[in-house]
Amino acid sequence: MNSRAKSVSLTRAIASVFAKELRVEFRSFELLTSTIVFALIVVFVFSFAFNPSAADSRRFGAGFLWIALLFASSLMLQPSFTRERANDSLAALVLAPIDPFAIIAGKLFANFFFLILVELILLPAFSVLYNVPLLGIIGPLAGVMLLGTFGIATVGTVFAAIASQARMRELLLPLLLLPALVPLLIASVGATMGLLSDSRELPSAWVAVMVCFDIMFFTAAWLFGGYLLEE
Amino acid sequence: MSASASTTAAESGLAISFTDVEKRYGSHVALRRLSLKIAPGEFVALVGANGSGKTTLLRMAALLSRPTSGKVEFQNAVPTSDALTPAEIKLRIGMVGHFTMLYDELSAEENLRFFASLYGLNNPHKIAAESLIPAGLSARAKDLVRTFSRGMRQRLAIARALLANPSILLFDEPAAGLDREGASWLAQTLSALRKSGATVIMSSHGQSEALTLATRAIAMRGGTLIEDSGPNGNARAIIEREAAPIVGIWDGAQ
Repeated sequence: MNSRAKSVSLTRAIASVFAKELRVEFRSFELLTSTIVFALIVVFVFSFAFNPSAADSRRFGAGFLWIALLFASSLMLQPSFTRERANDSLAALVLAPIDPFAIIAGKLFANFFFLILVELILLPAFSVLYNVPLLGIIGPLAGVMLLGTFGIATVGTVFAAIASQARMRELLLPLLLLPALVPLLIASVGATMGLLSDSRELPSAWVAVMVCFDIMFFTAAWLFGGYLLEE
Repeated sequence: MSASASTTAAESGLAISFTDVEKRYGSHVALRRLSLKIAPGEFVALVGANGSGKTTLLRMAALLSRPTSGKVEFQNAVPTSDALTPAEIKLRIGMVGHFTMLYDELSAEENLRFFASLYGLNNPHKIAAESLIPAGLSARAKDLVRTFSRGMRQRLAIARALLANPSILLFDEPAAGLDREGASWLAQTLSALRKSGATVIMSSHGQSEALTLATRAIAMRGGTLIEDSGPNGNARAIIEREAAPIVGIWDGAQ
């Protein structure tokens, strides 16, 4: 064969796209900065609007935390595909001899990583503003945050790919994303609320819902992700 | 391109055939029942005004766009019983699009290294550095693409398309933004590709030095193929008629 190209394994292609996403973001910090500031503002505004007591925080804090994350994630996920449009670089990715799912997955894992970074800053601020001690529940809380964030990143990346091809792409993503994430939001809030309660128990039913949600949407992304990138 | 590569390019080439292909974007018809066969090693000039369907045709040949109806097929020069997978076809395609398909936030070298990794090339660092030399960008290897001029970006885009030594080159207005020196480099590069036996399909709506290399010309209008010189026809006549030089008018009376 004249061409010196050869097929790349799925994991290697995902790793290449993931590394590229990180490199591009860490050059500008555009997404991370705006998302972190936005998430902090939401938590801050809720705190002042409701002026919650310790009991209120245990009851409603989990909801405020996940709503802040959800709004912030819709801000972060939007450019995931739209910024590929400026130079049509997405076409170069699709043109490469890799499984199209590698493009979706590379971006998905990058978005997941960025959202985790946002949470690392958001959680201490939440703990202080809402007077909720998190140190005693840090292990199970980390598990809940990882599961919830993975679901947001999965659905968000897939819908960002869909929205990027639409004419009103800036408006479309939140309209698609927020309703689709309602089951995950309910489960994440339920699980977090259990951890913030006096008993500090992790409700296994909500965790099971989150695991099922993540597996279902990740599998759907794997099966149908390639179609999302076609013109 | 090396001599050994040139002996194998035609053998490893692919024939591309479009059969009754139509592409619609909503109510807009970009291509109308187009049928066309391009043999390995042909150098085809696609000429026609803006909106004539050249880009749509190229994007279909690159597997970026699926036809609304009809089919696009790829056949090995040496026929085999197994159908080619999209990945096997993509291994042999290089494309320069309307846009640069590059990342402004990455350096020239990082861009090429990234794409070299996606094409499974051994030693992406070395290949990226080597690819920048003919494009005249070695001195700017570490600079971010966003600091490049339009012409430099275009040269880098061409270097990216040639990274994996593809046997099919799809060039959509590749001379756009290039200065005289850049256009001359492009013509030399295309000439080397033609000699190597690579298939080149290049679109243009204006005259360019590179168009003179074409062995076949296809004129398009309104998504329809209106004239095809065929492999042995008078390509030059179609190119001179359809790819008119750009004329600037400055009327002092206005």
